Amino acid sequence: MKSITHPEKTKENTRIYKPGRRDFLKLGSLAATGLVLGVNFSCKDRKKGGEVTTFTANVYLSITSEGKVIITAHRSEMGQGVRTSLPMIVADELGADWEKVEIVQAQGDEEKYGNQNTDGSFSVRMFYKPMREAGATARLLLIRAATQQWGVPEGECSTDNGKVVHKTSGKELGFGELVEAAASLAVPEIEEVPLKDPSEFKMIGKGMPIVDLQDIVTGNAVYGMDAVVPDMKIAVIQRCPVVGGTVKSVNDEAALAVDGVLQVITLKGAGIPPQLNKPLSGVAVIAENTWAAIQGKKALDIEWDLGPNAGYDSEKQQQELLESTKNKGTVRRERGDFDQALRGASKTIERTYLAPYFAHGTIEPPNALARVQEGKCEIWAPTQHPQFARNSVAEALGMDVGNVAVNVTLIGGGFGRKSKPDFIVEAALLAQKSGHPVRVQWTREDDIQHDFYHALSAQRIKAVIDKDNKVAGWNHHTTFPSIGATSNAEAIQPSDGELGLGCVDFPYDVPDIRIETHDAKAHLRIGWLRSVSNIHHAFAIGGMLDEIAEARKMDPVANALDMLGADRNITFTEEMPGGKYENYGEPIENYSWETGRLRQVIERVAKNSGWGKEMPEGYALGFTAHRSFLTYVACVVEVAVDDKNRITIPNVYYSLDCGLAVNTDRIRSQFEGGSQFAASLALNSEITVKDGQVQQDNFDTYRIVRMPQSPQKIHVDIVESDAKPTGVGEPPVPPFIPALCNAVYKATGKRIYKLPIDLKA
Amino acid sequence: MAQYTIRINGKEHQVDATPDMPLLWVLRDILGMRGTKFGCGKALCGACTVHFDGVATRSCSLPVSAVQSSEITTIEGLSENGDHPLQQAWTEHVVPQCGYCQTGQIMSAAALLRENPSPTDEEIDNAMQGNLCRCGTYNRIKAAIHTAADKK
Ligand code: FES
Ligand code: FES
Repeated sequence: MKSITHPEKTKENTRIYKPGRRDFLKLGSLAATGLVLGVNFSCKDRKKGGEVTTFTANVYLSITSEGKVIITAHRSEMGQGVRTSLPMIVADELGADWEKVEIVQAQGDEEKYGNQNTDGSFSVRMFYKPMREAGATARLLLIRAATQQWGVPEGECSTDNGKVVHKTSGKELGFGELVEAAASLAVPEIEEVPLKDPSEFKMIGKGMPIVDLQDIVTGNAVYGMDAVVPDMKIAVIQRCPVVGGTVKSVNDEAALAVDGVLQVITLKGAGIPPQLNKPLSGVAVIAENTWAAIQGKKALDIEWDLGPNAGYDSEKQQQELLESTKNKGTVRRERGDFDQALRGASKTIERTYLAPYFAHGTIEPPNALARVQEGKCEIWAPTQHPQFARNSVAEALGMDVGNVAVNVTLIGGGFGRKSKPDFIVEAALLAQKSGHPVRVQWTREDDIQHDFYHALSAQRIKAVIDKDNKVAGWNHHTTFPSIGATSNAEAIQPSDGELGLGCVDFPYDVPDIRIETHDAKAHLRIGWLRSVSNIHHAFAIGGMLDEIAEARKMDPVANALDMLGADRNITFTEEMPGGKYENYGEPIENYSWETGRLRQVIERVAKNSGWGKEMPEGYALGFTAHRSFLTYVACVVEVAVDDKNRITIPNVYYSLDCGLAVNTDRIRSQFEGGSQFAASLALNSEITVKDGQVQQDNFDTYRIVRMPQSPQKIHVDIVESDAKPTGVGEPPVPPFIPALCNAVYKATGKRIYKLPIDLKA
Repeated sequence: MAQYTIRINGKEHQVDATPDMPLLWVLRDILGMRGTKFGCGKALCGACTVHFDGVATRSCSLPVSAVQSSEITTIEGLSENGDHPLQQAWTEHVVPQCGYCQTGQIMSAAALLRENPSPTDEEIDNAMQGNLCRCGTYNRIKAAIHTAADKK
């Protein structure tokens, strides 16, 4: 069957059909018997900014004659529970027996599954409706098959626990007994398929344990590092310590003398810009085992041409960036006239905020296995973006994309790092050059020193308070090297996308607003890290709002609510000269910026945390609210600071509105983990660069929180809502950091203007 | 290269390795036991934790030549059917996120409970501080250790 996607179809539209020959070829044994439905929907690619239309199913739902329900999960799992949440949606709508639901991990193949890029917190957001529709269609077909046998009206039947049930007569038939008949029926149009009322859900909205649990706790889960093929060799690479540098010469004698080392191969880098999907210049040691490869790498004697970044000093650049924020910048949002506000000021507050580079530090370092034979390449890798990996490998090897297959393993932590396929391309090139299947193994030092870093930044905010004690003006300067610079050396200003991450979407009802940016050159590979530019923007804005409250002699929560003003929906774009508010890739009509929803979470978190209560000596609460990835979050952090200036975090309170909450347990765990992640950024972590080289190299110098320092109790309050579901992986991070800083101020009297927090400075 | 006989999970294995090769790579690359994970190679993250005569030990920093006649237990040998009280408690609390650090966490926790069957929060903090979790599952790890301790 040739499937046609109508041009007017949007991602709100799903097409469900019986797969034809073309699908069966791809489905293989999955399609052997029973009822198989293909689900096709087009989806937006945030990065490319266009619709990706696929002509076969994005997802397959099959029900076998044994009553097994098989769902092809096509998103990468990295701890956010998506391999559980998406199938859960289908299974709940279908009325399946969760014990009989099997999940098959799809290969990276955008033609087959549509966009697989698992970042930007959008898996559930994008697939919620199509997944429900797929489940509902299968349910209707099974019910139809049953009513034909029973001669009763469809409306009297329902599904439950893997069976079709006719309540009044007590008749029931298992899915397995019905699939043959159901498969012969015509697939109904989406419009005639009834969806369940949310009150009927048994799984959606509840906590469901993740499917890989038992494998994880027994050590049987297969991450990238655990994939093996016969004859596989291990490669460890010494990359040029400076981005843009190259290999001048290599003496590999000592390396080749290491027991187990087989070959030494030089890899060419992309130069400047370094690209998201290209190796850095380096020298690879191929060995029989990982230890030999690591020893071989240490024995390499390489002469580098360090290139134009060799003199780079991050501290110096940050100071220069800070200086530049005193000047007029490029205006990116203008509302009213800030100069006018200044003239009517009764008080102005001007503060600066500095945040460092951050590395991802996933506990599983990057790694990938590649096998090249007979003109084909097969990859096993922990990738957040298999299609990007596939295209990049094809390009690097000069192969047709069709000859590259990417198997997605479990991911031992992603946070944005593993959506860049540079390490996968390394494996493919080395497999091709060495003639062996090769796993490239990054050491922790490689990972900390050659990451795609969260950009360092400098910001300056000027706030104006008028004679009536109202906030009359807001002038925010932000500058940081852009992610765009990693692929385009000309990109020296933050993109609209990056500014849309918590900066231009400043939601407070201040009459005169001016937001400006300044040039910032990139000297490292810049990438995205869990919540991206929201991290530094929320840090600055959240801190400033606390100071405004103090200046107005108001409570910080009351101040925020006052500044938000009356509930309204904001669009921003018309105040952005020549720019656009990107709203996380969603049309603002579909996902409005609703200040009422922010207000609601603020009110709830204040109540839940006992905001305003008397605190013991050394204890204090701090507050910030922030919307990111379309999710509204308010956060209160409780700190305790002892006489040695040691900070502990006894309690964290979150209230969040993520629309309809699909898997509440995984939402809670994302917020628990998000606060721990943010605590590391606020308290410990910092990447600095001297002479073009990253100075940290392992978890002793790039520190992340350990159990004794970690936030102790995390209270997560989820607003009940039937609005469209939004992201939950990233939104916990941004508000936590300023809430913590504000609490530290309350406890110690010391304002935090620089991350990581250093109370001795 | 030298030959070593080491006892892992009650079974003897003969391996050919250089004397300095850490037990971690012997397990993973030579014996194919991949439940023990690599995270840092410097005894800083705990992902590679095994028991060395019952004591939680970072296998990335233990040369194979130092193992000698000691008894090594890895996650594969912690329980016969994956039902150690800690594994059950981990499931009950749905501790893992990405899960990568969790075998190391469980091995550290198991060594703790053997020595101290009902640890306080502080004792758990002390015993577990060598195990990093980037996904931030610390709260549930602590809760699961208490649950397992109560059941014992
Ligand atoms: S790999 Fe051994 S402690 Fe990190
Ligand atoms: S669960 Fe991901 S590192 Fe611990």
